[in-house]
Amino acid sequence: MRTVCFYFQVHQPYRLKPYRFFDIGEDHYYWNDYLNRNVIQKVAQKCYLPMNSLLLELIQRYDGRFKVAFSISGTFLDQMEAYAPDVLESFQRLVATGHVELLNETYSHSLAALKSKDEFFSLVHTHQKRIKELFNGYSPKVFRNTELIYSDEIGAMVAELGYQGMLTEGAKHILGWKSPNYVYSNALNPNLKVLLKNFRLSDDIAFRFGDKTWGDFPLTTDKFVNWLNALPKEEPVVNLFMDYETFGEHQWAETGIFDFIRHLPEAIFSQSNFSFSTPSEVLAALSPVSHIHVPTPISWADEERDLTAWLGNDMQDEAFDCLYELEKKIRKIKDPELLRDWGYLQTSDHFYYICTKFFSDGSVHEYFSPYDTPYDAFINYMNVLSDFILRVEAVSKK
Amino acid sequence: MKVLMFGWEFPPHISGGLGTACYGLIQGMNVHKQEVIFVVPKLYGDEEPVADFVNASGVTIDYREKRFKKLWKNLTYLEVNSFLVPYLGPKAFKKFTDYAIHDRTDVDESIFSTKYQFSGKYGKNLMEEVSRYALVGAQIARDRGDFDIIHAHDWLAYPAGIAAKEISGKPLVVHVHATEYDRSGESVNFPVFEIERAGMHAADHVVAVSQLTKNICVRKYGIPPEKVTVLHNAVLDASIITSSYQKKVPEKIVTFLGRITYQKGPEYFVEAAKKVIERDPNVRFVMAGSGDLLNKMVDRVAELRMGTKFHFTGFLKGDDVDHMYAISDVYVMPSVSEPFGIAPLEAVRHNTPVIISKQSGVAEVLNNAIKIDFWDIDAMADAIFGLLHYQSIARMFTELGADELKKLKWEHVAAKLVTVYEKILAPRA
Repeated sequence: MRTVCFYFQVHQPYRLKPYRFFDIGEDHYYWNDYLNRNVIQKVAQKCYLPMNSLLLELIQRYDGRFKVAFSISGTFLDQMEAYAPDVLESFQRLVATGHVELLNETYSHSLAALKSKDEFFSLVHTHQKRIKELFNGYSPKVFRNTELIYSDEIGAMVAELGYQGMLTEGAKHILGWKSPNYVYSNALNPNLKVLLKNFRLSDDIAFRFGDKTWGDFPLTTDKFVNWLNALPKEEPVVNLFMDYETFGEHQWAETGIFDFIRHLPEAIFSQSNFSFSTPSEVLAALSPVSHIHVPTPISWADEERDLTAWLGNDMQDEAFDCLYELEKKIRKIKDPELLRDWGYLQTSDHFYYICTKFFSDGSVHEYFSPYDTPYDAFINYMNVLSDFILRVEAVSKK
Repeated sequence: MKVLMFGWEFPPHISGGLGTACYGLIQGMNVHKQEVIFVVPKLYGDEEPVADFVNASGVTIDYREKRFKKLWKNLTYLEVNSFLVPYLGPKAFKKFTDYAIHDRTDVDESIFSTKYQFSGKYGKNLMEEVSRYALVGAQIARDRGDFDIIHAHDWLAYPAGIAAKEISGKPLVVHVHATEYDRSGESVNFPVFEIERAGMHAADHVVAVSQLTKNICVRKYGIPPEKVTVLHNAVLDASIITSSYQKKVPEKIVTFLGRITYQKGPEYFVEAAKKVIERDPNVRFVMAGSGDLLNKMVDRVAELRMGTKFHFTGFLKGDDVDHMYAISDVYVMPSVSEPFGIAPLEAVRHNTPVIISKQSGVAEVLNNAIKIDFWDIDAMADAIFGLLHYQSIARMFTELGADELKKLKWEHVAAKLVTVYEKILAPRA
């Protein structure tokens, strides 16, 4: 068996509104509804709707031989319900074909796995519940953690939750000479199988597709299938993991990204012996070749493939620690609004906006952030968090 | 008596305290029936008609005037290649000069135009504007013979004052609201220092806004002490402001409000905050304002892990400033070098007890305040803690501070200024 496994991440955070010091103690609504709705609706037009309809078309045309997997964050599910119900329906139609697999993740796209097992489990359970509600009782078998963050310990926790497998990055520094194109198993609990992203081929589509300065531009389906065929014959699976917004948003329609996907299945079927599989099909068909040792967490971000996009500078660490200091008190709280905010405040994007790695001396970094600088992001987040702490303390005292 | 005054800004179009001080002084002069011709680089038309305003942008300079040529020679020397902006820290200044060196293409374009459009701001052509302003000063001095004395406010207007003196032969008073040593510490911008020194030396008399500033004039600029008179600033309105604005958080609030620059000592406030929070978690600190040290302060606050207790508001204006004072339990001004510093007096008007550094001119007139050395973060923390917890001192300060405020009137300042003028003019009469 040789197979291609597509997984797309669908996520949008609840961005914070500009929240001033004067608002602390008075204004308890933190979310920038206008911006959040605009982003969802804009990306729906450019990506979610056209890409969903293209995938449906391909699944129908190839009668289920073409298939993909999605992980849809809870913050995205909530916003889709509120701002773009037509997008939700189109995802539901895809899942109803039976050829689209859904994965579980933490409900609020949180970094909780790095901090608290209890919170991590709780967020996974919430996500399971929401997926079940929205997708006709669907129950995922495979897990993906926020930003593909993985370590031996996180894998062991995921195994404990009963998942068969988990997705992560095929980071060079953990693989060494090994290939990402096999199934591996968790070093602490061999019951959990691990699928590794082939970052070269994934990023050829996700990052380099429209880059005219790239030596292999333009990327055609023939070229891509040649690369697949050039892989050592004994390597059974190529995991192509990427953000769903790659299609139409990161790579605009004008780059031809939709046509590339439209013709890729045909090229693969006619010019190679590869098939398409979903993660759970891969796990069922293949046995692990060995353990994979990941003592310190990896992710799919940046060249470093580590956590430094979200944690590491003083501002990020402080925001993160202050938030999770509240966990004990949160456990005793029933107020649904407080619990909702607790979840949304954990979304990894808030910490990403405070990243100073690409930021030097006033130059605005290219990455999409609603803030001008990481400092603005930190100040705004801390103002909101200060108000949130007051609310938690007020409820705890009762 | 009629005074020809050169300023740089005037309310309502102000970016610092200079315009407000000029306004107050003129109000005071009016009480004593003294006439003031007030020149500013740019008039907007909505200024309160308290003086005989002259818009420098509307003055036509007659370049055929021979005496101007010598002046102009000296001025171009000033202007060429001196990339100057006041109120910038070393880092921001470096960025500015890099920009100016690479992008500035407009040098000397307007030499031959007879009118010069001033921006009246503190922008990148500041030095050019300062030298053109001097030519305007010369022209006005030639056109109007109806004044007795010339008075120039701060270094931006000193060259205009000097030029006016050279053309008219009338005596010159320079008014030192700030010096380069206050703005930049020991790393002074030499061309600015030069202008300040030239102004003080060319002047018949120097007015300083505090003893602190007078000491700098004497020690750093070599002015004989008997040539310098201290005239403290006053407040336009000493009435107590009672605000209905309520604070929304249960904790006490300690506030720093001002530009976040070297001169204002923000880092000492941050360090003192840490010491207070360790002892008393029921306090919030607020740093209101912006400036080139803002990001550094944000970093330090995160490093000290007090981001949920230490807040940044960014630049505040209008009602927000009043609200900030109103909800503050303590106001701190830890300036490293503050010629005067009007902000603590605003805090007093809001019944907020204040802590000020001994390195501020306002410390010389405000007795009911805690005074500390700016670098003494332990003393600052003690003072903050004391004012928050021992209600009696705070109460005393607010009661007595209000009385002190009432004594700080611009008409008193103007009266003293008139005697300064009279002393200068006496030997000539």
